[in-house]
Amino acid sequence: MTIIHVDGREVTVKPNSNLLDALLSAGIDVPYFCWHPSLGSVGACRQCAVVQYANDEDQRGRLVMSCMTPVVDQARFSVSATSATVFRQSVIENLMINHPHDCPVCEEGGECHLQDMTVMVGHHDRHYEGLKRTWRNQNLGPLLNHEMNRCITCYRCVRFYQDYAGGTDLAAFASRDRVYFGRTNDGVLENEFAGNLAEVCPTGVFTDKPFSKHYTRKWDLQSAPTVCVSCSLGCNTYTAERDGLVRRVQNRFHADVNGYFLCDRGRFGADFVNSPERLRHAGQRRADGLYDVVSPEQALERIGHMLADSQRVVGIGSPRASLEANQALRALVGDDAYSNGMDDVDRSLHRIILDALQSDLSMPSLAQVESYDAVLILGEDITNHAPRLALSVRQAARNEATTLASAINLAPWQDAAVRGLAQQRLSPVMIATTTDDRLDDIARLTTRLAPEHIAQLGLAITQQILDGQATASVATNGDDNVARIAQLLVTAKKPLIISGTSSRNTEILQAAVDIARVLSDKVPTTGLFLCASECNSLGVAQLDNQQSLTGLLASSPDMVIVLENDLAIRLGPDFNHHFDRHGPTPADDATQTIKHLVVIDHLDNATISASDLFLPAATFAETQGTYVNSEGRAQRSLAVFDPTEHADSAAIRPSYAWMTAIMELSGKQSSEQKQQSVNPSSQTETLRQALVAARPSMAPILVAAEDVEYRLHGRAIARQPARYSGRTAIHANTSVHEGLHSADSESALVFSMEGEQQQAPASLRAFVWSPGWNSNQGVIKFQTQVGGSDRFGESGALLFDHQPPVEGERTVDSQVSQPQHHEGADTARLIPQHHIFGSEPLSSYAPAIAALIPAPYIRLNAAAAGVLGVQANDGLALSTQTSLGTQTALPVFRVIIDATIPEHCLIYPLIPSTRHLLDVSPANLVRVDGWQAPDVAGVDLIATDKEA
Amino acid sequence: METPLTTNIQPGMGPTDLARYEAGGGYQAVRDNIGKIDPQDLLSVIMESDLRGRGGAGFPTGMKWSFVPKDDHSGHRYLVANADEMEPGTFKDRLLMEYDPHQLIEGMILAAYTISADDAYIFIRHEYHTAIQRLQEAIDAAQHQGYLGTNILGSDYHLHIHVHISAGRYICGEETALLNSLEGRRAIPRAKPPFPQVSGLWGRPTIVNNVETLCNIPHIIRRGADWFKTLGVGKDAGTKLYGASGRVNRPGCWELPIGTTCREIIEEHAGGMRAGYSLKGFLPGGASTDFLVPEHLDLAMDYDTIMKAGSRLGTGTMIILDDKTCPVGMVANLEKFFARESCGFCTPCRDGLPWVRDLLYAIEAGKGKAGDIETLERQAGFIGAMGNTHCAHAPGAIEPLSSSLRYFRDEYQAHIKGQCCPYHGGTKP
Repeated sequence: MTIIHVDGREVTVKPNSNLLDALLSAGIDVPYFCWHPSLGSVGACRQCAVVQYANDEDQRGRLVMSCMTPVVDQARFSVSATSATVFRQSVIENLMINHPHDCPVCEEGGECHLQDMTVMVGHHDRHYEGLKRTWRNQNLGPLLNHEMNRCITCYRCVRFYQDYAGGTDLAAFASRDRVYFGRTNDGVLENEFAGNLAEVCPTGVFTDKPFSKHYTRKWDLQSAPTVCVSCSLGCNTYTAERDGLVRRVQNRFHADVNGYFLCDRGRFGADFVNSPERLRHAGQRRADGLYDVVSPEQALERIGHMLADSQRVVGIGSPRASLEANQALRALVGDDAYSNGMDDVDRSLHRIILDALQSDLSMPSLAQVESYDAVLILGEDITNHAPRLALSVRQAARNEATTLASAINLAPWQDAAVRGLAQQRLSPVMIATTTDDRLDDIARLTTRLAPEHIAQLGLAITQQILDGQATASVATNGDDNVARIAQLLVTAKKPLIISGTSSRNTEILQAAVDIARVLSDKVPTTGLFLCASECNSLGVAQLDNQQSLTGLLASSPDMVIVLENDLAIRLGPDFNHHFDRHGPTPADDATQTIKHLVVIDHLDNATISASDLFLPAATFAETQGTYVNSEGRAQRSLAVFDPTEHADSAAIRPSYAWMTAIMELSGKQSSEQKQQSVNPSSQTETLRQALVAARPSMAPILVAAEDVEYRLHGRAIARQPARYSGRTAIHANTSVHEGLHSADSESALVFSMEGEQQQAPASLRAFVWSPGWNSNQGVIKFQTQVGGSDRFGESGALLFDHQPPVEGERTVDSQVSQPQHHEGADTARLIPQHHIFGSEPLSSYAPAIAALIPAPYIRLNAAAAGVLGVQANDGLALSTQTSLGTQTALPVFRVIIDATIPEHCLIYPLIPSTRHLLDVSPANLVRVDGWQAPDVAGVDLIATDKEA
Repeated sequence: METPLTTNIQPGMGPTDLARYEAGGGYQAVRDNIGKIDPQDLLSVIMESDLRGRGGAGFPTGMKWSFVPKDDHSGHRYLVANADEMEPGTFKDRLLMEYDPHQLIEGMILAAYTISADDAYIFIRHEYHTAIQRLQEAIDAAQHQGYLGTNILGSDYHLHIHVHISAGRYICGEETALLNSLEGRRAIPRAKPPFPQVSGLWGRPTIVNNVETLCNIPHIIRRGADWFKTLGVGKDAGTKLYGASGRVNRPGCWELPIGTTCREIIEEHAGGMRAGYSLKGFLPGGASTDFLVPEHLDLAMDYDTIMKAGSRLGTGTMIILDDKTCPVGMVANLEKFFARESCGFCTPCRDGLPWVRDLLYAIEAGKGKAGDIETLERQAGFIGAMGNTHCAHAPGAIEPLSSSLRYFRDEYQAHIKGQCCPYHGGTKP
């Protein structure tokens, strides 16, 4: 370690870090704007100036920018020297020349880094008497507001957007005191990580637009630590609520997972909680197919009758529901009558991922992905399926830059210098996908292949690595790439293979595992990252009991209980086969046997519409749940608010609570539960312990977060900040006391400001706030060092231990799986394309996300278009002969001719209107005569601000 | 008195073409050395010559070149001639480029050979239309003659020179902003280290030299370091293109021994002050240098002497302030220029200079307030110290302001007290 002297104090710091990082890590406050822990130093704002002394005799010293100053052992600095404090005050005073004094109407107010830094430097007296510069703002789409007058020109936005996230449509324009950060024209910011600008911007230039629509000051928000449910990566979030509405989601720093950044689906998707489609009452089906509102008691009573009337009751769980909810269902129906709700393809895919996680292959965390210096992406559209991973891969590509920099003793935090040195030189990223990829701009090599050809490419790469030559025949344009890809992987210091479930192709996934396996023998540092499907796919995959969803439904159940699962999506055309309640006569015998369908969910969907009775479930924001992400990390998400505090949501219960109530109703206690010797204090803990009793390997889920008994200094932890007290003033004419809040029997958090606010461990910390640090930048105060793990205890627990084997001791056999021969691989078929906005069902209910969902299209090459007899901008529709024809409004697909689409592949977007189109054949597509493609000028579509 | 740089530049002669340039010994150094001598030997000659950069900073040229990594041959290296002459009052490089373009090209060939660069750029000010045209013609002629291109004069050395026309920003004269601009990026100076010698154009080792600096190279190579050192009259070596503008009898640009006194330049070469005007002060090296006053007239115009007097030699082309011109108005005009030319990267420069400009114009317009001088001084201290800002632009910009506050403080006070500019008609009504 390196020792420096700061104002006479000896401070031990990380060697090779910059002084600002070192001081902040040591808990010494130094104001800053342009520096960001993930973006490094450029020295633009000059706010972090301190005095550096040449030696012990030097009493005067000179000003240096701490972010640009490397720490050297025994160096002497002063943060508090007058010359430094006066200079820092001048920086604020000059920044403020053009900054409006609009804090009271600025949405950043109260959590503004600029406010915090202004207070920190002690600047209070402004001398400038001239006019302020003003700007015209831009409409940047449905996600972000733009208010350029507030800009202090720190350059963080473009450094994040262009340099870090690879965006091209936000730039710095003009110069001097007229630098403008925006787009060339109004329009939706194209980058999938644009939402981070709301947190990256130190003041109120870029703010969260959906939040604006129901804005609340930070101190009036009730929050809790949550886990994002919009993909399998399990990014940590803070979800904030007031008056029963989820107001916004912010990043919750986790050093091993999402770091400082989220994707836009995660940040803006949680609005589904507020959707008009929310189920807020239990509903009972009438003979005419409409539903009567029934009270929770009536609903339970009705279920009691159903249970009494049923011989065989089966439960369909869900990979988007928590482990606790799935366990409650499992306990209710019994293990042999439980399905985890995945279809058979999904089950096989996640079996492969689980096997890999349980093997000795090295499976990195999201954060560790950034440390690999060669990446092969095999058949996975990560930007659209597991978006945050794409941002990590982008950073991995920069390892070449870091290597080049170290050769000339340039520290990695010297951001502009490192980028200037490396220019376009990147570590190799190789992408084999069916369509163009959002990471193509950083790819050394790209190849576009039909899914089964990607699997063959994978096999060929495996053979190439194993034998130095590929014997497998690789179709189309893959041939040239095999040797190059293998060469780049074998010569890398730390190669990474990425694949996933988005193409629903087990052979691709297996091929990725095989490559990693044989590559590990040659390069022991090899990593493998496999993206699972949903937020808890890998959790419920461990509950898989060889019971297939269709098998269970075909096992003549009298009653089916569905947990948070839209089976219309899982089953496709088969859904009607089992559950069509609309037809004049039941479709076949299978339907007849299912007498009672009970669905527990929170949003309306096709399965709800088929139910005999539905129960309104709590969303992630209203209940506690444990989720297992792609790397096998169990993470606990806590309830943000109690919906029953609000009259219109009084009937909502957590799914597990419904199940437990049903269980009590039936007088049935699960045998696992009875065996418990411990007497846990909460329902969720009871369920977790029962689950661990049945699956001992899942024991770490118990320690993923502090439990309900946790107390800090004898007190529970507050969900509301201290200044929430202002809210009590509203009723001060009747009482000055804070109103009564419901108790939280499931966690150590309280729905109140009365409780510990600081020093809570990460798993219980409800918001980021520290004295003097009102903005999210205050996260520094909760890290062991800048960007480090949590000072007060990290959250989450890994279920699998992947210590890579000691070199030479590997015993895995290098048998590779052979792709099967594909019937009809050379005939046209429809292939779904994931979209970050639209492919995930829940977030699609959020209005801001919905505004960005693409219109239906089919992309195909000219030859395929010729076969179908269509031209660009023609309309294609499904013929009404398909079994889907009766129920759903059928989309018309706009034809897009795209030469890069592989032969026989017809690409369509996976969006709400197409989600049920599993396994539809192109034979069912017909040209729609006289169809006119609607205008899809995205910006005009959403430019509501302008109209207003 | 020898004037190697301007020998070919004579009144009425027009631009020097290849034949005339060669007739005067031009390209002899190229013929004698390219492919025939170890580049290290050429570097030694330049180091021994004590040539210092003529762009303004005065950094020893040989030392600059020696920082190019010797063992890294993994890619390109670049030489850039900084011809973005935008310092107000400065027009010396223009003279060299318009009237003797081959001299620059020969200097560039020799410099590029010394640092093993295979591509060279002339980054030239947009407004220098004539120079651009003559340089391009000269490059074509030199290429035709085998002095440029592949296998120069039968050697295995290749060099291409490209003329890049600047889009027109003062900050592009700062060598790293120049490189960013050349790469197609925003013209923002780079943090140093790394210096361009290690990571310059497109991340490769790069030397950026001023035009006048490069024009000295052929003469030093041909006639030796010792000869070069005899040209100066003081400590510094060589000649210098000095200039003077303002109300002197003969504004102009002259090649003189480096170290010639201010008095000789103003009184002899510029012909003294015009009738009815007397010298009040002068910016010795362009707009971004501190004022000197008549008491400094006998100082030698060399790097150290001018530095000791509290200013900088800069480009060596002085701007004269006479007694009939308002110093506040002059400084206001300069700060308007510098505030406009800020790249907008760092706070003190971007936001501090416009405030200074506004205060100066207010004072000049008779709207100055008590405390304005103190605000100007505070801002000067905030902006002006090296290290407070990202690059040298703002400290340079502040030099005329802070020195005018030192020498002409009473004028500022008179403006504020009288609520008018004394040079523009008397007292406030």
